[in-house]
Amino acid sequence: MKKTVFLGALTVASFAAGLASAGTLEDVQARGKLNCGVTTGLTGFAAPDANGVWNGFDVAICRAVAAAVLGDGAAVEFTPTTGQTRFTALGSGEIDVLARNTTWTFSRDVDLKFEFAGVNLYDGQGFMVPKDLGVSSAKDLDGATVCIQTGTTTELNLADFFRANNISYEPVPIETNAEAQQQYLAGACDVYTTDASGLAATRATFENPGDHIVLPEIISKEPLGPLVRHGDNEWGDIVRWTLNTLIVAEELGVSSANVEELAKGTNNPEVNRMLGTEGNLGEQLGLSADWAKNIIMAVGNYGEVFERNIGETTPIGLARGLNAQWKDGGLLYAPPFR
Amino acid sequence: MTTLSDPHQDSFKLSQLIYDSRYRSMTIQAVALAAFVLALGWLVNNAVVNLAAAGKDFNFSFLSVRAGYDINQRLVEYSSDSDHLRAAYVGLLNTLLVAFMGCILATIVGVAAGVLRLSHNWITAKIMTVYVESFRNIPVLLWIIAFFAVLTESTPAPKAFRGAEPEATMWLNDAVAVTNRGTYIPAPVWGDGSWVVVVTFFLSLAAIVFFGRYAQKRFERTGLSLPTFRIKLAIFAVPAVLVFFVMGSPIGLEYPALKGFNFRGGFHVRNSLIALWLALSFYAGAFIAENVRAGILAVSKGQTEAAYALGLRPGKTMNLVVLPQALRVIIPPMISNYLNLTKNTSLAIAVGYMDLRATLGGITLNQTGRELEAMMMMMLIYLVISLCISSAMNVYNKSVMLKER
Repeated sequence: MKKTVFLGALTVASFAAGLASAGTLEDVQARGKLNCGVTTGLTGFAAPDANGVWNGFDVAICRAVAAAVLGDGAAVEFTPTTGQTRFTALGSGEIDVLARNTTWTFSRDVDLKFEFAGVNLYDGQGFMVPKDLGVSSAKDLDGATVCIQTGTTTELNLADFFRANNISYEPVPIETNAEAQQQYLAGACDVYTTDASGLAATRATFENPGDHIVLPEIISKEPLGPLVRHGDNEWGDIVRWTLNTLIVAEELGVSSANVEELAKGTNNPEVNRMLGTEGNLGEQLGLSADWAKNIIMAVGNYGEVFERNIGETTPIGLARGLNAQWKDGGLLYAPPFR
Repeated sequence: MTTLSDPHQDSFKLSQLIYDSRYRSMTIQAVALAAFVLALGWLVNNAVVNLAAAGKDFNFSFLSVRAGYDINQRLVEYSSDSDHLRAAYVGLLNTLLVAFMGCILATIVGVAAGVLRLSHNWITAKIMTVYVESFRNIPVLLWIIAFFAVLTESTPAPKAFRGAEPEATMWLNDAVAVTNRGTYIPAPVWGDGSWVVVVTFFLSLAAIVFFGRYAQKRFERTGLSLPTFRIKLAIFAVPAVLVFFVMGSPIGLEYPALKGFNFRGGFHVRNSLIALWLALSFYAGAFIAENVRAGILAVSKGQTEAAYALGLRPGKTMNLVVLPQALRVIIPPMISNYLNLTKNTSLAIAVGYMDLRATLGGITLNQTGRELEAMMMMMLIYLVISLCISSAMNVYNKSVMLKER
């Protein structure tokens, strides 16, 4: 009898443990660290430097969330995930947020039960080929061997593209970007396909980047963004408004250089509301009043993050393009802080 | 007066369940069973509750949804328009293919290495020791990746075959191309009347079996032996070749040729398959070699000496005296080696080989998000495969087991 009672208690306890994970914010605060899922290594997006410190465009999202929640952009535990393991890691609660250039799609949002916090990079799938292959269009790739990262939207787009154009290809499924790079450089595949930004990042690490070209065709829409689990709306709000803070800060001219100054109070009410000198937006999120200031202090605004990691001055050399502010003809349009 | 020597009426007390050795074992079993059922119930309940909490249901309807991805190695018709069930089937066939090829090669390698390790030639024996120890003691995943890396890095890309003075040339009179994407070999083209040749060939195979039995009987009856090997070889080749030419060479060969980016035509044996096949075979072969060696050593030396005393030559001694007895020891561990090899094929994704784990447990799982369903299906399928291998090998084991009369 005692055994049954014990097992019953165990069952109840485990349910309680299962349900407790609904309060991600409390979990993260109690832990003192944010568990963030990133790639296994993609220069410019998420890669550890020589000292083992993670850096990159996606890493900045992790650091921004940590700064908002814990006040410290360094309080992040990075979990490298592959295209195949990322959703399981997020779904099982191993990570609190996934910032791993993940495409926002209907089925991931609805069927896989995730919540996309927004878009941090508007991207599209492209093809990279060696220059000496003599190919100028993706439609000339009939019969080519194509390296793809398995478990991604790219392999579905690829199948659709070749099918729609009625040409054949030989897919070579690869687990990680590093392996794909090795296979591509060894000539085991003619073409490497992934998001155009990923191709630029990969090419930047080549010995002779000039020997490879990215074909003009962009065959898909790839809105990439951070995501969280369904069912914890408070946590989803925090990640969403962290991303919005980065975008709005650039729009309003708040940067890591002047945020200290502006946080003392300005004559722009929206800046004041965002930085916590007016209103109680931070409190509404369950965070401190200076949460947005901490974000900007830790990583800067969207423009700074972009330029520092993947912008035109970096080896990756991406232009802002679609990722410019809406005022500059881009798609970045964050809702107001009100 | 009633007698006092009446047998004592057993009155059952609850404490007897623990203190009476007649009941104690049953008590322990009952408690263990209850604990097991409770634990199982807890696991199932936990899964149900957590699935409900995550807003997920448990159903297999995703299997009939369009898969949308392509698979490079297909043994059956498949396109991105096929459903996930079909994709899983393609993956299953790829798993079975490499497992089957692996078991055969592992047996050949293992038996050869096991016998050679007992060789009196010092160098041969030591080389086999090095082989066995190095393969047995390094994880098979590393071997798979190592084989793949060697195949990819050391072989030429298809474009090296192009041009007037190519850097690489095809082998065997332009029939075989070894590239870093795989090996291209000629494929048969079945013309009119080729079925006659095929039927003749299979009839020859049947004839060889019949001839073997006849020769055996004749030997037992008269004591005279025939040159069976040469006769069997003749039966194997001559009729099929004759019919082939009589029918006007209906079976042709399609040679691979460089067209566009890749070789086209012929069979394309991908490097992922070759690497996986070789690595698994050599890895399992090292274990089999040890089993074979143990089996042979388990046969008492007296048996060999007795056979020599009767005048049997070493070859016959091995075939007629030692091996039949050694097999009894070799077969049971062999079963587990085959099972291990089959299960290890699930490491295929490391080299991008599209097996069951890569299709159903990889891309399908990922695109549909049905982890529990896909994992359970995979476990069930691997379990069924393993049980089939195990029962087939057990039947064979029965036939070589020591028969007590």
